[in-house]
Amino acid sequence: MKSAVITFPGSNCDRDMDVALKKFGFKNKMVWHQDVELPKSDLVVLPGGFSYGDYLRCGSMASKSKIMQSVINFANSGGMVMGICNGFQILVETGLVPGVLLRNKYLEFICKNVFVKISNKNNAYFKNINNNILELHIAHNEGNYFCTNDQLKKIEDNAQVAINYCNNEGKIEELFNPNGSVKNIAGIFNKEKNVLGMMPHPERMIDPSLSGEDGSLFFKNLINNLK
Amino acid sequence: MIVNKKIAIDHGLKEDEYKKICQLLKRTPNITELGIFSAMWNEHCSYKSSRLHLKKLPTKGKQVIQGPGENAGVVDIGDNDAIVFKIESHNHPSFIEPYQGAATGVGGIMRDVFTMGARPIANLNSIHFGSTQHKKTKNLLRGVVHGIGGYGNCMGVPTVAGQTSFDSSYNGNILVNAMTLGLVKKDKIFYSKAAGLDKPVIYVGSKTGRDGIHGASMASASFDDKIEEKKPTVQVGDPFTEKLLLEACLELMEGDSIIAIQDMGAAGLTSSSIEMASKGNLGIEINLNKVPCRETKMTPYEIMLSESQERMLIVLENGKEDQAKKIFDKWNLDFAIIGKTTNSKKIELFFDKEKVADIPVNTLVENSPMYDRKWKKAKLPKKNKINKDDINNLKIIEVLKKVLANPNICSKEWIWQQYDHTVMGDTIQKPGGDSGVVRVHGTNKAVAASVDSSAVYCWAHPLTGGKQVVCESFRNLISVGAKPIAITNCLNFGSPENEENMGEFVECVQGIGEASSYLKFPVVSGNVSFYNQTKDQGIKPTPSIGGVGLIKDYSKMITMDFKEVDNVVLVIGKTEGHIDQSLFARVILNEKNGPPPEINLFNEKNNGETLLKLIDANLIKSAHDISLGGIITAISKMCIKGNKGINLKKPKYLISEIEYFFAEDQGRYIVEISKKDQKKVLDILNKNAVHYDELGTINENMLLLNEKTKVTIDELKGFNTRWLKDYMSS
Repeated sequence: MKSAVITFPGSNCDRDMDVALKKFGFKNKMVWHQDVELPKSDLVVLPGGFSYGDYLRCGSMASKSKIMQSVINFANSGGMVMGICNGFQILVETGLVPGVLLRNKYLEFICKNVFVKISNKNNAYFKNINNNILELHIAHNEGNYFCTNDQLKKIEDNAQVAINYCNNEGKIEELFNPNGSVKNIAGIFNKEKNVLGMMPHPERMIDPSLSGEDGSLFFKNLINNLK
Repeated sequence: MIVNKKIAIDHGLKEDEYKKICQLLKRTPNITELGIFSAMWNEHCSYKSSRLHLKKLPTKGKQVIQGPGENAGVVDIGDNDAIVFKIESHNHPSFIEPYQGAATGVGGIMRDVFTMGARPIANLNSIHFGSTQHKKTKNLLRGVVHGIGGYGNCMGVPTVAGQTSFDSSYNGNILVNAMTLGLVKKDKIFYSKAAGLDKPVIYVGSKTGRDGIHGASMASASFDDKIEEKKPTVQVGDPFTEKLLLEACLELMEGDSIIAIQDMGAAGLTSSSIEMASKGNLGIEINLNKVPCRETKMTPYEIMLSESQERMLIVLENGKEDQAKKIFDKWNLDFAIIGKTTNSKKIELFFDKEKVADIPVNTLVENSPMYDRKWKKAKLPKKNKINKDDINNLKIIEVLKKVLANPNICSKEWIWQQYDHTVMGDTIQKPGGDSGVVRVHGTNKAVAASVDSSAVYCWAHPLTGGKQVVCESFRNLISVGAKPIAITNCLNFGSPENEENMGEFVECVQGIGEASSYLKFPVVSGNVSFYNQTKDQGIKPTPSIGGVGLIKDYSKMITMDFKEVDNVVLVIGKTEGHIDQSLFARVILNEKNGPPPEINLFNEKNNGETLLKLIDANLIKSAHDISLGGIITAISKMCIKGNKGINLKKPKYLISEIEYFFAEDQGRYIVEISKKDQKKVLDILNKNAVHYDELGTINENMLLLNEKTKVTIDELKGFNTRWLKDYMSS
C-alpha cells in the first residue's frame, strides 16, 4: 500500500506520521507543499502542525496551497484522504468535510489522552476494527468542532460522524468533551466516507512506551482494509 | 548626536566604564559605537560581575564535548550521538509582557541549540511566581504558560518537564528559565568561531525591526515604578518563522558550506558579529544598508541593537552563497550577504557609504570590565528549637492534605497539559515524573532531563543550597534510571552591587561547584541573571539546575507510580528528622528560620549509584526521590500516580512520626521492590553501606498507618490535583 504525507512548512507531525505509516507496512512518500502532483497513492495524509503558522484561521492558507488542489481532486475522485489535527483544520477549510473548528472552549491548548467512540464502522477507515472505543491522544488549541443545525442534521442523516469524545466506557457526555465540540464530535467524514478529518493523533499511540497502543490498532486495521 | 557622559549613563554604563571606552578608543565614541559598547558591556552579555566566580566551576568530564563559552554545552552519549543543551533566563521581559517574554525565551534557547546543528528534541522550563495571593500572579502565570506553549507547540518540540514555584519574593520579579535539549551527530557540530579572510557574512531569518532595542540592557537593570514604560524593549516572537529557520539551517548544515554560525539573541547583530570575530581572532566588516529591515528609516544604531527574533548570522565558505540562498528561498526566509571577514581585528560598520563604527573587537570582549564585587559570607542559621509536644499533637493525615494541596507541591497538570509533550513520538516519560524522558529517535537509548531549584534552602544558607540543587538534579535523573552526565545552570539573583545578594551568588556557585565536582556532574553551559529585584528588594537566590542523563536501554526506565499490590517499599538513605526550612515548617508551623538540610556528598553519590545498580539489575519496580514535603509526600504521589495504597509503618527511630514523615533530609529515595527480590536488594544495599528503612507494603487503595490514621488515595488525589485548577478558574 502506498501513502503520501503532505509537508507544509509548519507541519510538525509529518515525521511522526511517516514513522507510523511505515511501521504498519505503508510505503510512504513525503510530498512538499509546493509540489503540484501527488505521487500515486492509496492514502493521502495531511499531518498535524501549524501549516503556514496559522496566524490567520488555522488551515485556511494551507487549503489554498499548490498541492491542495491535487489533494482535492484526488478526494473528489474517491481517493482516501485523512487529515489529523491541523490536517482536519485544513480539510474543513477546503470544504471537503463540513463544519469549522473553533478555539477550544476553555481557551487553552490541551494535550492529553482521551477516549473516543467509533460511530460509524461502515467505511474503509474503521471497518473490521474490533474495538468500539479507542484511547487516543489530542494536542490542539482549535479543535472545537462547530456546524449549523442544518449541517448537523445532514451530517447525522448521512452518518458522517466518525468518532465522538467519550469516557472509557463509551459514554458520550459533556463531561468528557475536552474542547466544546458540538455533540462531542472528534472526527468526521465527507458524504462518501473516503475523506476523514479528526483531531486525535493515532500516530502518537503506536508503541507501548508512548501514551498507548490504540493507534496501532487503527493503522493495522486501516492497511488491512485497503489491501 | 554628540556622545557625552550623561548619554553613556543613560545607556546603563557607569562613569568609569565610559572613561575606559574613551581611553580604549582614544576618542569619544559616536552614538552607534556607544550603543554597541553598552550592549556588550552590560551584565547580561559581559558577565562582568560573575565571570570571576564562574571560572571556578568544574566544566570538564569524560563525556563533555563542549563546555561553557559556546551557544550551548555538548555531551557525548555514544554511537556518534551527542546532546546539546542549555538553560537561559527571560525574567525581565516575562514580567513586563508575560506571553511574549516567555515565548521568546523559549525561542531563544531553541535557537542556541539548533545553531550548533542539533535538532531540538525536548524543552523544559523552570518558572517562579509571586505569592498566590498577589494580584498579578494569576495573570502572569497564565500568560507565561500560554507563551511557553504557544512557541514550543508550534515548533513541534515536546515540553517534557518543568518546575513551578510560588514565593512572595518573586512578587515584583518573576523568573522564566527555559531549557532545550537537541540531538546532533558528534561529527556535525557547528561552532561560532569564524575563520578565514574575505569569507561572506550572511544574515538569514526574519527582518530586523525596532523591537527589543536595548533588551539586554533592560535585563541588566533593576525594576522600578516605571517598568511599564519598558514594554517596547520586549521582543515579539514568531514561532512559525523559527520553525522555518530551524529546518533551513539544518538543511544547510547537511552540506559543508558553513564555517561559523551564531544566532542573534541578546544584543542582536552586535553580539553575534562580535562573538564570531572575537573567537576567530578576526575582524568583520558589515554594510548595514544590506541588512533586511522590517521598518523604514532604521538607523545604524537601531539595526545594531535590535533584538528582533528568529535571525542568524553565518560565515560561509566562498562560492557557496548561491547554494545556501536556494535553501533559504525554499523556506521563504530572508538571505542577505551583509559583509565579510577581515584581518583588521575590528568591527567596521558602513551605512550610506559612510563608516559609522570602527571598534577593535578586543576592546569589546577581552577588555570588557570584570569586577570583583564585594560580598558578604552567610552564616549558617541556628537550628530551631521545635516544641515536640506541639508537633506530636498534629494529625498526620490532616497535615498531609494541607501539604499535598500546597501550591508548591500540588499537581501542575493545569500547566503541562497546555504544552504539547508528545509531539515527535519519542516522549516515554511525560511531565509529572522525576524527569522527562525522550528516546533518541530510532535507537534503544533515551535521554532524561530535569530542572530543579530550591530557593528557600539557598536563601537560608547559599552554600548548602547550591549543593542541594545539584544533588536534587542528580537524584531526579537516577530516579528514572538515567546515569547523570552533566548540568546547565541558570543563576537568578538580585543585584551584584548589593553585598548580601552578591554573597548569595558567590556561595551558591561555590556549592554548585563542590557538588558537581564531587558527583562528576560538570557544568557545560548556563547563564546568569542578576538584578532580579524590585526597588532594593532582591528575590530569593534561585539557581536553576538543568540536569541531563542517559538511559542506555530505555526498557529499563523507571517511573514513580506504584506497580503492584504486596510489593515492598523501602526508603533509601537516612532520615534524621530535619524539619527546619522544610515545607512542613513553613506551611504548618509557620517557621521561616533555621538551616536547610545538610548535604552529605558521599552519601548522595553512594546512595544514587547503588540505586542505579539495583535498577540495572531489574530489581526496582518504581522509584521517586524524596524532596519537598518529605517521605509521606513522596509516597502519596507514588500512590496517586499508581492508583495504589500503602500500609505504612514508621521504623523504630527516636524521632517522632511527624518528624520522620515530613523531614527533608537529603540523599533519599523511595523504591518499590517485589518480595521475592527483597533479600537480594537488601544484600546489595548492605554491601554498599547504604542505609535503608522498610516502610511498608503496597495495598489496593488506602494510605494506612493504623486504624485511626488512614485515608483513601482518591481523597488524597483530590487534594493534590484540584488546587491549581481551582485557583486558575477562581
